[in-house]
Amino acid sequence: MNVVAHIGAATRAWLADVGHATALFVRLVLLAPACLRRFGLVRDHMHFLGNYSLAIISVSGLFVGFVLALQGYNTLQRFGSASALGMLVALSLVRELGPVISALLFTGRAGTSLTAEIGLMKAGEQLSAMEMMAIDPVQRILAPRFWAGVLVVPILGAIFSAVGIIGGWLVGVVMIGVDAGSFWGQMRDGVDVWADVGNGVIKTLVFGFTVSFIALRQGYEAQPTPDGVARATTRTVVMASLTVLALDFVLTALMFKL
Amino acid sequence: MNSPANLVELRDIHFGYGARPVLEGVSLQVPRGQVTALMGASGGGKTTVLRLIGGQHQAQSGEVLFEQQDMGRLTKTALYQARRRMGMLFQFGALFTDLSVFDNVAFPLREHAQLSEAMVRDIVLMKLEAVGLRGARDLFPSEISGGMARRVALARAMALDPELMMYDEPFAGLDPISLGTAARLIRQLNDALGLTSIVVSHDLEETFRIADKVVILANGRIAAQGTPDEVRHSTDPLVQQFVSAAPDGPVRFHYPASSAAEDFGLAKERA
Repeated sequence: MNVVAHIGAATRAWLADVGHATALFVRLVLLAPACLRRFGLVRDHMHFLGNYSLAIISVSGLFVGFVLALQGYNTLQRFGSASALGMLVALSLVRELGPVISALLFTGRAGTSLTAEIGLMKAGEQLSAMEMMAIDPVQRILAPRFWAGVLVVPILGAIFSAVGIIGGWLVGVVMIGVDAGSFWGQMRDGVDVWADVGNGVIKTLVFGFTVSFIALRQGYEAQPTPDGVARATTRTVVMASLTVLALDFVLTALMFKL
Repeated sequence: MNSPANLVELRDIHFGYGARPVLEGVSLQVPRGQVTALMGASGGGKTTVLRLIGGQHQAQSGEVLFEQQDMGRLTKTALYQARRRMGMLFQFGALFTDLSVFDNVAFPLREHAQLSEAMVRDIVLMKLEAVGLRGARDLFPSEISGGMARRVALARAMALDPELMMYDEPFAGLDPISLGTAARLIRQLNDALGLTSIVVSHDLEETFRIADKVVILANGRIAAQGTPDEVRHSTDPLVQQFVSAAPDGPVRFHYPASSAAEDFGLAKERA
């Protein structure tokens, strides 16, 4: 009997949590016009979040491109189709690795700092103080950061893919000596703007919503103590990473109809 | 009954966090133009009263009236309208750590009033002058002392010229000089600007000196209220314990526990 009650209570708590999360998400989305009216706030945070992640995104993109070219060349070579290396590198990056890895890196680099910032603002009663000044912290603090994150992840994903392709070119063409003409030519023929690049951009947008929302909500709901903020930051990384990977599977299945 | 002489009035308020009751039938009046002190042991619900007045918490039953409006039943728009007429000083100032002293004070002005930057600058410098920190305008919250931070927060709370000022533990953790300064400021601002002030504190001496009215909260109820002198001479044992700072009395020194003999294993031995 006790077990049933326990399961019931846990289910109710979970449902309430989902409800609160949904309500906050809807509010943030509906605050888009307010953010547009004060786009300066969004721009500042885009600058901040983007700059924050630019170095790690570029360096990671470069190395992922390197490795893709090495591994891809090894496999393609066996079938005598090393000329398709450019297409392989570009498709892997644009469809999968660009969106997913940049979302994961953004989580680690910027998501954690968002959670900690909001959590500490809450702990320092700054959010309460804002409420008492008749300023809605969701509108003034959360929404600009949310939309900045949503807009910045696609940009970071694009940079990741672009740098990765350059990395692939450096290893594949410059180092191994794959023919440059077929490297770029196959890439141009094999990558479709809408089916591949477009779907990649949609993925990064979805991940932008996901990661920004999880990071902000964890900060906003954090226990206002050092321990609480620490746990919220950890939860951001775990939840955002798992959600991104799970969503990636769903999106891939929907988009590329395998 | 509800005379306009009271800016704020609480009527039979019951409030609890989860299952733990904090306020059990509290009624009190805050007379317009006066400094009302709210005293009592830590965790006794003093800050909760401020949050109820600010509409950040809703009472489970009873009414919290601010200018005859029940704060617990306002729409969000009306609530935000009412809050613009209140200023609140948080325990540790709650300054925005990413903004300078100047920008902290300017924040509510820039958010609410469509003023030119020159006007904002004049108002901010006036408010900072009132708390003696015009010279500290370019410093950041991490570069100033706790007492200064609270004065900046006071300037910020006054930026929109509120009618009601609420102070949450304005004296906690201040050195004697800052403490005296803070107390004098609260009194002076109240009188000079025609404010109504509520001070939550457990610093007896300083609070009794500046308050017109003292309310003592204990065990979720009002133990005593009146002028500082009336409260000081109250015969209620609980009030006496508080006023004379005795460690044991109606408020127990020991947290409720099973008998000591049982805890140390003596009772079992005998059995």
